Amino acid sequence: MKASRLGRLGSYLALTGLALLFLAPLAMMLAGSLKPNERVLVEAGTLAAFLPVGASLDNYAAVFERTDFLRFLFNSVFITGTIVAAGLIVNALAAYAFARLQWRGRDLLFNLVLALMILPFEAIAVPLFYGASILGLRDTYIVQILPFIANAFSIYLFYSFFIGLPRELEEAASLDGASTLRIFFAVIVPNSKPAFASVAILSFLTWWGSYLWPLLVTIVPEVRPLPVAIASFYTLPPLQWGDILAFGTLMVMPVLAVFLMFQRWFVRGVASSAIKG
Amino acid sequence: MASISFEHVSKTYPDGTRVIDGLDLEVGDGELLVLVGPSGCGKSTVLRMLAGLEDLSGGEIRIDGRVVNDLLPQRRNLSMVFQNYALYPHLTVRGNLEFPLKMKGLSRTEIDRRVRETAAMLDLDALLDRRPKALSGGQRQRVAMGRAIAREADAFLMDEPLSNLDARLRVQIRTEIAALQARLGVTTIYVTHDQVEAMTLGQRVAVMRGGRLQQVAPPWEIYQRPSNSFVAGFIGTPGMNLVRAPLDSSNGGLCVRLGDVRLTLTAQALADQPGLADRTGEDVLIGIRPEDICLAEAGATSALTATVRTAESLGHETLLHLDSPLTTVAADAPRRVPHGEPPALIAALRGHHPSRPGDAVRLQLDPADLYFFALDGEAIR
Repeated sequence: MKASRLGRLGSYLALTGLALLFLAPLAMMLAGSLKPNERVLVEAGTLAAFLPVGASLDNYAAVFERTDFLRFLFNSVFITGTIVAAGLIVNALAAYAFARLQWRGRDLLFNLVLALMILPFEAIAVPLFYGASILGLRDTYIVQILPFIANAFSIYLFYSFFIGLPRELEEAASLDGASTLRIFFAVIVPNSKPAFASVAILSFLTWWGSYLWPLLVTIVPEVRPLPVAIASFYTLPPLQWGDILAFGTLMVMPVLAVFLMFQRWFVRGVASSAIKG
Repeated sequence: MASISFEHVSKTYPDGTRVIDGLDLEVGDGELLVLVGPSGCGKSTVLRMLAGLEDLSGGEIRIDGRVVNDLLPQRRNLSMVFQNYALYPHLTVRGNLEFPLKMKGLSRTEIDRRVRETAAMLDLDALLDRRPKALSGGQRQRVAMGRAIAREADAFLMDEPLSNLDARLRVQIRTEIAALQARLGVTTIYVTHDQVEAMTLGQRVAVMRGGRLQQVAPPWEIYQRPSNSFVAGFIGTPGMNLVRAPLDSSNGGLCVRLGDVRLTLTAQALADQPGLADRTGEDVLIGIRPEDICLAEAGATSALTATVRTAESLGHETLLHLDSPLTTVAADAPRRVPHGEPPALIAALRGHHPSRPGDAVRLQLDPADLYFFALDGEAIR
């Protein structure tokens, strides 16, 4: 009894330590974003770095004054939101076709899609860049959205969830008079919320932080997303660490919001093997 | 309502496995036909081919005379109740009942009317706003039935719909299904591996084995005149005993020798099975229903002596598994010599019988209760 209580105490301590380790940079960012610029670097590396003594929103005001933050925020939301929304439909439909429909070449194509998962984006960035240039798509939203809607990993996540759904549900629906598309939207989608939540969160995180591709294909700030904008902000004199941390905090907020929104289904999705294996 | 026919229907999987072999079967308009057989005999495949969920490799399926081989399941107007019910988990009971009606494009008023009537018929009124996960097994089964009924389909297909229920509920729902089918008069094909369900529900019973139809007949006829030793062994609980024994002539008639006992066949048996006379002097398979075996009265001169292997008391009857001098064979492989211990001779004695393993019992058989099969298992007629 005593040993088990000690064991539990030990594991709680270890978990708390781990949680602090992961939360520390975030807490430091938040505290720093509220402090006067001159104190940020002075207090870095000390416990005071986590304490927002003399807190004010001046740094946040400076971000809005010195940059077109709302424009960058809109760009990021629009680009990421479109990729996620369109990706949910396209990848789920593709996964359903791989998991349930019978057609010639299905297995071969599915294996090819799986093989794409191991291909790093950097390997195809240059040819993709040439393609975008030839098509005259640089400095547009479309070039930042279109190449990323279809995604091998998302297809795989949906596939592994769909394959576990009882086939009788679809058979019952087809006998009830539903077409294949109707079965997908009326039966499969409502019963796959965990898979949709997992894919939505994972792809949102991926594309919200996307940096290399937007940097390659955009020059004008009007279409640039937040990660490229914050990188430019570093080089904008005078260097103000408080402002940069405020920019970072503002950038993290939407990610937290999305995660909290889908967290319940996301956890269930992970538990029900949507992203297992 | 509709009539259904299978003509030379076959199904072979890509790996060459033939699961249905030349099936010919007619189901009349409004009839309840039970397809029964052991696991893997192809009975569910037959149902799935009729529903359009599996392709045919050969033959034709007709619904009301129209060939439906290439018709999508959506266009066949059939309802199916699945073994696991296949209720839509994200919809309430009402939503489940409404789903097929919405797919049909019915008006809101018509949908409401049908849902109301179906719910009243199956006592689902109080459950309409519940999700399937909040229902018991029996309630889910009734919702699945309701979904089939609300559609007013041409025929009901039921794929082992009671197998997930406990024994008591199974009996109750079985009776409800029979009453509903009789009331609605919908053509129904019911698949089960449970021969009690088959016997109690079916207007006719089709027994399948290894993808082939063995016999189609009303339940009583299946029990009384099985077409072969497999059907004889499959229908009845416990199954029929099969004993290999010679058929001899006796005072112008015929008799069988069962151990030390000689049983002279009745004139009625000879008249009903004229083929017996042609097999005089040959070995045949004698079928003995366990319930036709009784204990010999004290002082009876002609009785079969056997030793109790195990005794199972079921309360209303006692099943004795016996070692006897008879050559017992397995019903599904009458020609095969059993490895090790031969199948026990089973006697079902009414009431409680305090027998213990090793006890000797004397048994009496009535020659009028015997069934006769050739050594290949076919019934001698």
